[in-house]
Amino acid sequence: MAANLVNALADLKEEEALKIVKDRLGAGEEPLKILEDARKGMEIVGKRFADSEYFIPDLVYSGEILKGVTELVKPKMAKAAESKKLGKIVFGTVAGDIHDIGKDIVVFMLDVNGFDVYDLGVDVPVQKFVDKIKETGAPIVGLSGFLALAFDSMKDTVEAIKKAGLRDKVKIMIGGGQMSDEIKKYTGADAYGKDAMAGVTLAKKWVGA
Amino acid sequence: MEKKWEEMTPEEKQETLFARWISPKDPEGNDLKFPSPEVEKLYKERVTRIKDAIQLKKKPDRVPVLLIPSFAPAYYAGLTPHDVMYNYEKIAPAWKKFFVDFQPDGHGHAFVPSPGKFLDILDFKLYKWPGHGVSKNTTYQCIEGEYMRADEYDAFIHNPLHFFYFTWPSRVFGALEPLAMLPPLAGVTEMYTASVPFMPYGMPPVKAALKAMMDAGDEALKWMGACMTFAGEITMAGFPAYLAGATKAPFDIIGDTLRGTKGVMMDVYRQPNKLIEAMEAITPMLIQLGVDAAKMIGCPLVFMPLHKGADGFLSDEQYKKFYWPYLKKIILGLVDEGVVPFVWAEGGYNSRLEVIRDLPKGKTAWLFDQTDMAAAKKALDGIACVGGNMPMDLLTVGTTEDAIAHTKRLIDVCGKGGGYIMCNGAFFDKVKWDNLRAIVDTVKKYGVYK
Repeated sequence: MAANLVNALADLKEEEALKIVKDRLGAGEEPLKILEDARKGMEIVGKRFADSEYFIPDLVYSGEILKGVTELVKPKMAKAAESKKLGKIVFGTVAGDIHDIGKDIVVFMLDVNGFDVYDLGVDVPVQKFVDKIKETGAPIVGLSGFLALAFDSMKDTVEAIKKAGLRDKVKIMIGGGQMSDEIKKYTGADAYGKDAMAGVTLAKKWVGA
Repeated sequence: MEKKWEEMTPEEKQETLFARWISPKDPEGNDLKFPSPEVEKLYKERVTRIKDAIQLKKKPDRVPVLLIPSFAPAYYAGLTPHDVMYNYEKIAPAWKKFFVDFQPDGHGHAFVPSPGKFLDILDFKLYKWPGHGVSKNTTYQCIEGEYMRADEYDAFIHNPLHFFYFTWPSRVFGALEPLAMLPPLAGVTEMYTASVPFMPYGMPPVKAALKAMMDAGDEALKWMGACMTFAGEITMAGFPAYLAGATKAPFDIIGDTLRGTKGVMMDVYRQPNKLIEAMEAITPMLIQLGVDAAKMIGCPLVFMPLHKGADGFLSDEQYKKFYWPYLKKIILGLVDEGVVPFVWAEGGYNSRLEVIRDLPKGKTAWLFDQTDMAAAKKALDGIACVGGNMPMDLLTVGTTEDAIAHTKRLIDVCGKGGGYIMCNGAFFDKVKWDNLRAIVDTVKKYGVYK
C-alpha cells in the first residue's frame, strides 16, 4: 500500500493519489506516515524534473495534487507536525518586479525538499530581505526576478545585505527570466540557478545536505 | 489586368503585400512623396533587405538589423514610462529620436506606451502600470489570474465572441463589470422578442459602463493620433514599419490572460479535450486578426509573440499535442493570405527547433531570445529566416567589446547565405546605449554580403 501513494504522486495520478489517501485515512492510518509517502513521491517528481523527464506543468500539477493530499490529511492531524528541516531560506521576488510563478515553483520545490522557506512575496523592498535574514538567521537567500529591472534590484539587495554586515553569513542565489552567470557577477550573488531543481541543488550543497 | 485577391496564389499575395510595403501611399491613396530621393532610396533598400532575408530567394545586400524596444525610447529621451503613457504628445519625438539616432532598418511603431488615461477610465485590472501599482519609472507588468474559470470552457467554445465582448472585459476592466449582465442578441430575430435582450441596456450600471467605453474610445483615438504622428514622421525619415499588427498562438491566448499559466497547465491534465476545442474555436479569428491588419496597413509582416511553448514550459509531447498544431494552423492560415508571420519565440526554443521545421519555405521569420543560434540556423536553414538573440545581459551589463564580439559571432554563425536578421531577443528598457549603437554599427560594417 505504502508504495502506491509514492508512485501515484510521482506519476501524477491525481485521482488515484487522492483515493489512496482517503482509503488510508479511513483505515485509521497515522496521517504523518501518509505525508511522508507524499514527500517521497514529490522527491521523485523533483528528480524527474532535474532529469528533464518532467517539465514545468508537471511540477505545477504535482503541487496541486500535493495540495489535495494535504487538505485531506491536515484535519486528521492532532497538531502541526514538526519535521526536521534542512535549513532556513529567505526568498522573494526583488523590488519593482511582481512576477511570482517562477518564484512560487522554486519555493515549493525547496519546501518539499525539506527546507524552511520564508517567502516574502513579490516586489520585496531591500530592507525587508535584510530584516528577515536578521530575524530568522537564515543562511540562504533566494532572489527571483523576471524583468531586466531586477538586475539592479538584485544588486541593491546584495549591497544592502553587505552593508548590514550579513554578507559572510549568507549564501545568495538568483534566478528567473533573463538571469545568467553574467548577471550573477553583476549583482554580487553567489550563484545563478537556471531552474527550480538547480535552486534545490544549490541550497542542499550550501547546507551540506 | 490585375488579378483579384481571391484569385491569387499565396506567393502572389505575399508579393502584392511586399509591393505595397515598398511603395507606401499617403492618406489620400497616392504614392507617398518622400522628402528626398535619398530618403526614398533608403526606405526601399531597407524593405528590400528585410524581404530578401525572409524570402530566402537571394542574399540581401547586408544583414538587416532591427531593434525591438519596450520603453527604451522613453528612457533614451530622459522620460519615464509614466511620462509617455500620460502625455501622448511626448511619444512621437522620443520614439523618433530613438530610431533616427540608432539607425536600425525599421521601426516597430510606438504602441508600447499604452494610453494611461484609457486604462484609468476603464479601471484596468489585468496589469500594473507606471504610477498605478508599480513605480512611474518602471515598465508595466501583467497580473496573472484565472480571468476565465476552469468550468467555463463550454461557454467559451460555444460562443467565444460573446466571451471576448462581454465576459472577459467585465472581469479585466472594473468599469465594465456590468457588461456581464448583457445577453447574446440571438433573440432579436423575431419582432415580438426583439426588445427583450435590450432591457439591461436601460439599467444605470450598464449605461455607466457604456459611457465609460465611449470615453475610453475618445482617449484611444487621441493616443492613436499620437502613434500615427510618429508612424508618419518616421516613414518620412526612411524607416519602414516591420509589423502591420499582431496575433498569437491559441495556447498563449488561453494561457496568458484567460486561464493563466497555472490554469492552462492544469487544463492540460484535467480537461485536455476542452482546451483543444477552445483553441480550435478561436483559430479562425486569430488568423483573421493578422490577415486584416496586413491587408489594411499594406505590410506583410505580422508579429506573433510566443510564450508558453518555450523550453521547459511544456514537455515535447505536450508541445506537439497542445501547442504546435494550433500555432501551425495560424501560421499556415496567415501564409495562405500572403502574410509573413514574424514570430518572436521568447525564452528558449532549443527543444522545439525540429518541430517547427515543418513549414513552407521562405514564408516566416523566427526571432529567438535565448535559443542556441547555431542550432536554430541549422534547423531552419532553407526553411525560414532566423534572427534575434542579442542577449539582455549583454545589452544591460556587458561591455561594448562584448557586444561587438557577439554581433560578429552571430553574423558568422547565422548570416551565412542570407536568411538572417540581427535583432534583440527580448523587449528592452534601460540598456547601455553605446552597446546598442555598437551592434547596429557592427552589422553595417561586418554584415555586408559580398
